[in-house]
Amino acid sequence: MQEVLRFQSAGAEPVQRADFIAEAELLRRGSDNAARGLSLTIRGLRKSFGDNEVLRGIDLHIPAGQFVAIVGRSGCGKSTLLRLIAGLDKPTAGGIAFGEQPRAQDIRVMFQEPRLLPWARVLSNVEVGLGRERASADAQARAEHALVEVGLGDKREQWPSVLSGGQKQRVALARALVSQPRVLAFDEPLGALDALTRISMQQLLERVWRDQGFGAILVTHDVAEAVALADRVLVIEDGRIAEDVTIDLPRPRRRGSAELAALEGEILKHLLEGSDDTSDL
Amino acid sequence: MSLIDSLPRVSAPKLPKVDGLIPWIVPLAIILVWQLACVTGFVPSRVLPAPTDVALAGWKLLLSGELVRNIWVSFWRASIGFLIGGGIGFAFGLANGLSQLSAKLTDTTLQMVRNIPHLALIPLVILWFGIDESAKLFLVALGVFFPIYLNTLHGIRTVDPQLIEMGRIYGMTDGELFRRVIFPGALPSIFVGLRFALGIMWLTLIVAETIAASSGLGYMAMQAREFMLIDVVVLSILIYALLGKLADSASRALERLTLSWHPAFQKK
Repeated sequence: MQEVLRFQSAGAEPVQRADFIAEAELLRRGSDNAARGLSLTIRGLRKSFGDNEVLRGIDLHIPAGQFVAIVGRSGCGKSTLLRLIAGLDKPTAGGIAFGEQPRAQDIRVMFQEPRLLPWARVLSNVEVGLGRERASADAQARAEHALVEVGLGDKREQWPSVLSGGQKQRVALARALVSQPRVLAFDEPLGALDALTRISMQQLLERVWRDQGFGAILVTHDVAEAVALADRVLVIEDGRIAEDVTIDLPRPRRRGSAELAALEGEILKHLLEGSDDTSDL
Repeated sequence: MSLIDSLPRVSAPKLPKVDGLIPWIVPLAIILVWQLACVTGFVPSRVLPAPTDVALAGWKLLLSGELVRNIWVSFWRASIGFLIGGGIGFAFGLANGLSQLSAKLTDTTLQMVRNIPHLALIPLVILWFGIDESAKLFLVALGVFFPIYLNTLHGIRTVDPQLIEMGRIYGMTDGELFRRVIFPGALPSIFVGLRFALGIMWLTLIVAETIAASSGLGYMAMQAREFMLIDVVVLSILIYALLGKLADSASRALERLTLSWHPAFQKK
């Protein structure tokens, strides 16, 4: 709301811009959050790269709007699974079915690297996220709104090179959010950030997820992050789902609480055991 | 008050006007030393005329209209040759950077041709074209072709594949992908090629005009040599230096204009 006030006092056409944002806000509130997400069902999913079978039969159902974290040791296939869900790669066998046929802008990915165009201003970078709707009349207003949402409304005319790592990743988040996706896939988006920035980014992710009600699939190697954010944590080992843990704790969750630590310890224990002996899988 | 405060400041605030003049200190100093050496007789005027004599010769040629005509002819040759060779080089660079088939078909051939020094073709070019305009244009075009071709190709091939993937994910068409991702990404490298090409452009033109021409700066210099007009010879050389500097400044200005996003071009 602060941002809206700021626009009213600055800007050449203050009234119109504030109106645009208010309108976008209404549109968003009008849509039922639970309906925003998209359920997905995965059956017998396999993926091989040459002789190397990375995913060996994944069966999974994710209800609409759920926040799922996928953890596992490096090379376990978690990023491959995410790329398949996002449609970046084709599965070798099996398939992924969504609750309804998604449009291209319904599924968005956020990578570990921000992947911003260095030669485009922050606002144009966010507009890229609109896909085919880039040419529409309200494109700029929507991009501005997404930037405000991630707290970077005042950086719209900056070049990406002057932003910090965390700010770049927030621009990438705004770009992913601007088309109002129904599923957002995160491929270790906070992996390259320092500890404090990570925590504030986690809070931001949780907030936009709760606001917008999209389904979130987060691949991470940080188990603490997974249990802090997700409704459900999937542990992947050797290309299969080894464990499916429901995190039934109220939000906002307090970092470092005993329950979170216990869950984290349990999952970590499993991950570490898996490295020594996989015969029981 | 400490001792340090009482000391004079080492880093005096710079005047912005003076800052722009710094690059010209050395050339001006050289001219000054040159003038002194000539006036004192340390360098005989048959070896090197004084800068004032050169300026005088320039003034005379300017009045007769000869200087302007010759500069114009050289400038015209340089730019037309550059546009033709640079245009073809850029087109091949784009084609081979974007299409595997095109690269397979032509790259090997171009790499072979590249290893022939283009000035070695002068006898052949004279046989083909005589000392006509087309001979000079051909040589300049051939000379600028390769730096533009190689750097355009390199620029396109080294565009961050992660950005290209990002563009595809966000539904960019091939045309948009080129306009918004590939071309801007290749631009810094294309500019490197452009500046190399500008250097080669002048070099080629000087040689071509010296050997086979009936007008232009190189011709003017050769004529002057025939008549022992050493001041005109030196004048031509100085004009070449100035034109080269001008071309370089123009490409730098273009760089600053189009690469303002690049950290290296951002003003503090």
